[in-house]
Amino acid sequence: MGTELAPTTYRVTRADLLAYAAASGDHNPIHSDDQVAAAVGLPGVIAHGMYTLALAARYVDEYRGEPGGIVELSAKFTKPVVVPAGADGTEVRVSGVLEVRDGVETVSLTVTCGDDRVLGNPKAVLRG
Amino acid sequence: MILADLAGRTFPPTAPYAVTEERLAAFAAATGTSRAVGGPAPTTFPIVVAFEAMTALMADPSVGIELHRVVHGAQGFVHTRPVVAGDRLTAQLTVVGLRQIGGADIITTSSAIVDATGALVCTAEATLVHKADD
Repeated sequence: MGTELAPTTYRVTRADLLAYAAASGDHNPIHSDDQVAAAVGLPGVIAHGMYTLALAARYVDEYRGEPGGIVELSAKFTKPVVVPAGADGTEVRVSGVLEVRDGVETVSLTVTCGDDRVLGNPKAVLRG
Repeated sequence: MILADLAGRTFPPTAPYAVTEERLAAFAAATGTSRAVGGPAPTTFPIVVAFEAMTALMADPSVGIELHRVVHGAQGFVHTRPVVAGDRLTAQLTVVGLRQIGGADIITTSSAIVDATGALVCTAEATLVHKADD
């Protein structure tokens, strides 16, 4: 059955995306420029999928109380996280269910923005 | 047009990437990840090295990928050990699968990220979706 972990909501702003681009080296302008995003058919500037996946990992770290405990992490990028300009940006909500099988802890995550599940089957396996 | 024989191809390793406290701190700050000085890298940090290998794949003229058509479809990491400051990491990418769905090429890649001794640190698996012509 598993244990439900309390959800956490993370605010995501354009400033966060700029910081992530600088730290990760992914400077695709769809994460910063409205015109470029519109030109490729997006509803607006979107977060890096990897930024959202990093939030999922952060959530698991926060549950554990320390970083570095995830041995496996995976997800599909199913829907974009659109980030409006301004200090409000948007919000990404993460929740999880912890299961233990054969002594191995696995957290199955749910990551949403508005009504959309933005990650498909996000999952973290923890260090034993 | 993506080369049909792309599947199974392994690309040259990336140039060594020096992991520093500054780079780890910047990545942790950008993702809001709690991290002590000298502590392990955030879980998704190896994407920085894997991304270089993926960029090289997408920029290789013999492969035929048009960058503006590429969408990151999925990502996975399997960590052998945490990344720490002082590591010198290289990524070597192999195209493990290539299939077509609805006119899009689905390219499955696996990048072996190794340290200066050649020991495996992390395997980063990325699915790249190369959308069909408009």
